[in-house]
Amino acid sequence: MNCKDQKPAHRDATPLDLAAVRAKLEGKKGRHYWRSLEELADDPRFAEMLHREFPRHAAELRPGVDRRAFLKVMGASLAFAGLAGCGAKPEEKIVPYVRQPEGMIPGVEQYYATTMTLGGSAIGLLVETHEGRPTKVEGNPKHPASLGATDVFAQASVLELYDPDRSSVVTHLGEIRPWSSLLTEIQSAMTEQGATKGAGLRILTGTVVSPTLADQMESLLTAFPAAKWHQWEAAGTDSVREGARLAFGRYVNTYYNIEKADVIVSLDADFLTSGAGCLRYAREFSRRRLPDAPGGMTRLYAVESMPTSTGAMADHRLPLRPSEVHAFAVALAAKLGLGVPDSIAKGLNEDWIAAVVRDLQQHRGASVVIAGEQQPAEVHALAHAMNHALGNAGVTVIHTDSTEARPTNQVASLADLANDLDAGRVQTLVILGCNPVYDAPADLVFEPKILKAGRRIHLSSYPDETSALCQWHVPMTHFMEAWSDARVHDGTASIVQPLIAPLYGGKSAHELIAAFGRDPEASGYDIVRAYWKKQLGGDFETAWRRALNDGFISGTQLPGVNVALLPEAIRSAGALTGHVGFIAGFVYEIAFRPDPAVYDGRFANNAWLEELPKPITRLTWDNAAMLSPRTAQALGLSYTIDSTGGEHGQIHVDRARLDYEGRTLEAATWIVPGLPDGLVVLHLGYGRARAGKVGEGLGFNANTLRTSTAPWGGFGAQMRKISGSTYPLACVQFHSVIEGPGQASTEARVHELVRVATLDEYRANPKFAQQMMEEPPQGLTLYPNAHEYNGNAWALSIDLNRCNGCNACVVACQSENNIPVVGKEQVMAGREMHWIRVDRYYEGGPEALENPETHFQPVTCMQCEDAPCEVVCPVGATNHSAEGLNDMVYNRCVGTRYCSNNCPYKVRRFNFLAYSDWDTPALKMLRNPEVTVRSRGVMEKCTYCIQRITKARIAADKEDRPVRDGEIVTACQQACPSEAIVFGNKNDSSSRVAALKANPRNYGMLAELGVRPRTTYLAAVRNPNPELEKGGGRGA
Amino acid sequence: MAQIFHRSTNTLSRLTIYLSLILVAAFLMVTDRIQRSGYITSANVVVEQPIPFSHKHHVADDGIDCRYCHTSVETSAFAGIPPTRTCMNCHSLLFADSPFLEPVRASYRTGVPIEWNRVHKLADFVYFDHSIHIAKGIGCATCHGQVDQMPLVRQVASLQMEWCLDCHRQPEKYLRPKDQVFNMSYQAPSNQIALGLQLKQDYHIRSAQELTSCSTCHR
Repeated sequence: MNCKDQKPAHRDATPLDLAAVRAKLEGKKGRHYWRSLEELADDPRFAEMLHREFPRHAAELRPGVDRRAFLKVMGASLAFAGLAGCGAKPEEKIVPYVRQPEGMIPGVEQYYATTMTLGGSAIGLLVETHEGRPTKVEGNPKHPASLGATDVFAQASVLELYDPDRSSVVTHLGEIRPWSSLLTEIQSAMTEQGATKGAGLRILTGTVVSPTLADQMESLLTAFPAAKWHQWEAAGTDSVREGARLAFGRYVNTYYNIEKADVIVSLDADFLTSGAGCLRYAREFSRRRLPDAPGGMTRLYAVESMPTSTGAMADHRLPLRPSEVHAFAVALAAKLGLGVPDSIAKGLNEDWIAAVVRDLQQHRGASVVIAGEQQPAEVHALAHAMNHALGNAGVTVIHTDSTEARPTNQVASLADLANDLDAGRVQTLVILGCNPVYDAPADLVFEPKILKAGRRIHLSSYPDETSALCQWHVPMTHFMEAWSDARVHDGTASIVQPLIAPLYGGKSAHELIAAFGRDPEASGYDIVRAYWKKQLGGDFETAWRRALNDGFISGTQLPGVNVALLPEAIRSAGALTGHVGFIAGFVYEIAFRPDPAVYDGRFANNAWLEELPKPITRLTWDNAAMLSPRTAQALGLSYTIDSTGGEHGQIHVDRARLDYEGRTLEAATWIVPGLPDGLVVLHLGYGRARAGKVGEGLGFNANTLRTSTAPWGGFGAQMRKISGSTYPLACVQFHSVIEGPGQASTEARVHELVRVATLDEYRANPKFAQQMMEEPPQGLTLYPNAHEYNGNAWALSIDLNRCNGCNACVVACQSENNIPVVGKEQVMAGREMHWIRVDRYYEGGPEALENPETHFQPVTCMQCEDAPCEVVCPVGATNHSAEGLNDMVYNRCVGTRYCSNNCPYKVRRFNFLAYSDWDTPALKMLRNPEVTVRSRGVMEKCTYCIQRITKARIAADKEDRPVRDGEIVTACQQACPSEAIVFGNKNDSSSRVAALKANPRNYGMLAELGVRPRTTYLAAVRNPNPELEKGGGRGA
Repeated sequence: MAQIFHRSTNTLSRLTIYLSLILVAAFLMVTDRIQRSGYITSANVVVEQPIPFSHKHHVADDGIDCRYCHTSVETSAFAGIPPTRTCMNCHSLLFADSPFLEPVRASYRTGVPIEWNRVHKLADFVYFDHSIHIAKGIGCATCHGQVDQMPLVRQVASLQMEWCLDCHRQPEKYLRPKDQVFNMSYQAPSNQIALGLQLKQDYHIRSAQELTSCSTCHR
């Protein structure tokens, strides 16, 4: 890929004019929706994009291939294709088992419960296997941290399992060694360390929530009392831990009962889509977001810096810089009477804060204040104090003992290790899964220091930056290959159960630590089982089998603890020092955030996550320095957008140089409405030097600016444009843009695609969404009404009130339906293949550049009853099924793309090139055997998971009964934490989907075209505080 | 001026036109025949196997039910090929020294599976499910022919789409009572259509419109 090339912007393209955008928004009244800045700028290229689903293909031939050479090659390949087509069928083998495992039926999938750990959080999963090959991850409905839902990381984890770039052998200085020679090495290290009680032994792990690993580590430290255990997570939760210690004098774990909360205040917390327990929170939140929810509709206030899904769901969002969020927390605490100084509330919208305070006080014991993981410890302490003062503790806010083994301040722990390394006090360093050479704060200068340790052993999935500097590298097992356990947000112990023997001969952390103990060759299974045998006692076999079946050990959740606030600590947390507060003028503040797709970089080689459009920004394959429109204007930063020469919606952004604490970084920039002015947000996880074929060389490494004193950012950044230097970014916001018929203006159309009202408006007129557009009567059609649906009529309902844009459905669909990734270059050409996309819309007038209301709309194939795609196919490759689906027959498709051209929703995807990997053996095991792998030149689209429909229909037909409601769950529906997507039979009046279609909020997008979409939406309803007028009241 | 072409040229040109039309028609017919022939469809081609396993012997002579080996035919899309262990249930005692069965014993000893050559090959984009056909009264022999008379199994049907559709459009032509599904020597009665229509109703078989929707078989 030549994406890294910095090429000048195209000559015919002019940069986006932000002043024009602002002028356009002036004077807009009422509900006003827009998709992106260039739409507002009245850019003619944007209009061009509206008209073309696919760009022109002038540049399809690579330079260097002329027409004559092309014809020669084509002629030859045609001739060979003809020959190949005439032969008899190829020979195939059938290879049965020698001894078939009990209980398995060939051709029928099986599910096993397991657990995925990420940082300090974990979720319970059910993994589908076909003849022993894990192919799809689902949530475990019984599991308290999943409730049947998954996040993007869990969905994409199955791709990592098969990733051919994973390391596969134990190496010493790059040479292959057997596991036994590492054991010998460890034995000699232990003999050496025995004399000093392990004074030269250091073990570095991530956050450990595995009780078994904790137990092993404790035994190891008992044997070597002078050895040290360090912990480090680049996207760790130090401030959560330290905040608890500040407030209560000790580390406690905190989780929330969102379902019981009437009022929620988020202090820069993206609690709906990140952090421990987020899936449960999203589920509980969405249940309370219905306008007619029992107990009333919950209200969410979000004070945040980087716009997130949580902010988009909020009824009131206040964009503040991270330091201002701290000041806001102090002001809020002061107003709630916590005895902290009130003086810094100046400059803050008094009405806003007063309204929040009143709302909180009216809902004592039914509210919750949540502080974000990237906010300092003081904000967490203040949030604890506010929750206690509001009587929320024990009701909506639960404290338990920590779920972690030895909770530690990890930045301090890593700094301590760096010091010991530098001083030459470390002889043997064992690193379990961490990558400190890449992600340690820059001021620790880890890279040269690590080399001072005499013996360095690194366990990791990939040969990464740290492996390169360690003599010993041990491949680490994937969680689907090894036994382990983990505690989730409420302390419930979950079992990590393998589904397949290690594909690449990996070892788990348990097995490597066991090598330091009495039984160096103990298997992971024996270690985990022995630990729980000790813990559970009694009828262990029954309890263990039950735990493996359920995926967790019931009754192991940690009991709530009563903790008392330290009043002194709260007062000190309220005393602000340094830069915190509201600063007049333009001071640049820098903030670091884990990336929503690749997290801290550990998923950098996962192509599904790389190509996943990030929520809000909708960027793929890159990170960028995020700036507000005003900041960008002040710095003269802009971008240009191409729509010619096959480059459809390709964006060339300006690059900028960032200077911070004496370090420099050059980065691509990206303008994000709703970001506070003066703030630069950098996402971690990119700029990997050694990550694998997919992840190397994408974006820039923000860790090179991070410091151990302020790991989440601070003041003093200098930023300037690098003139003449641009960078291409692949942003999908400009793709698949829906255009309406006879539209007067684009924004008038957007209004009707996504429909929103306030709770009061909804109560006054529940049918507001249906009345916005007239739907033509059923008989009014040009086509003879040939379709009758007497049996099943499959339909989908998507609740815009529940969708928080987390993207889990997108990856779930990709995994279920064998959807290929296309790479950055092809995304820039508008050719990404996702069958479901989550469109983003902004709402608001000129103030919306500073603080837009954000709406998400997942778009699948609508399975129109009068489908425009079907009538234009010259070869009958897309047909109407008896149950109302628009069937796509790949083997008939010749690739005219007429269907796609005629689709008003732009949901059809075309294989311009052979995107599916047909060669890599490991990736063949990944595929869902129930879905065809498509080849070049074939159109494809959402099928409502026809393989799942067929499976349920066959099962029902065999038992001579109708398909039960809820028996068919589409992949997107299954993954959704918010239960926003419901699939079912519209003809069955008792089905959930039929009830939702009868809901007054139900409307069909573009239903006015008379296509009768089977996918319909439930309009969103917001619950703003009547005290805060819309518009001006939303912002500061 | 004399004519350039003799009158007989007319006949010649007519002949040429007719002949070429006939040639084109013949070409099309031949292509069509080849397309439907065993050469393309593999129908009636006896496939060599690593062990000359005789269905005739096991089914007709010994009376073993289809489901003794093809265990998942009622529960799965895939009928199932027996694991080596199933063979060894009998052959650890019967013909335990036969040289023909050495590959079976070797597989059982070493754990290396026997690689059989597939006889019935459907295209990758077709998703056929055995279990539903069995459940709705389609006999094994309807598609596989009288396997109990085959020393070595061959495919009897073309397995082409028109062959599938023949039944999906009019299942009554082939339906039989459920208790006759595994009967290899079942003969269709003279009132097959009447019986078929009755069974179609009794077994709640879906309409031809549903059975011929593309997504019934393709996905």
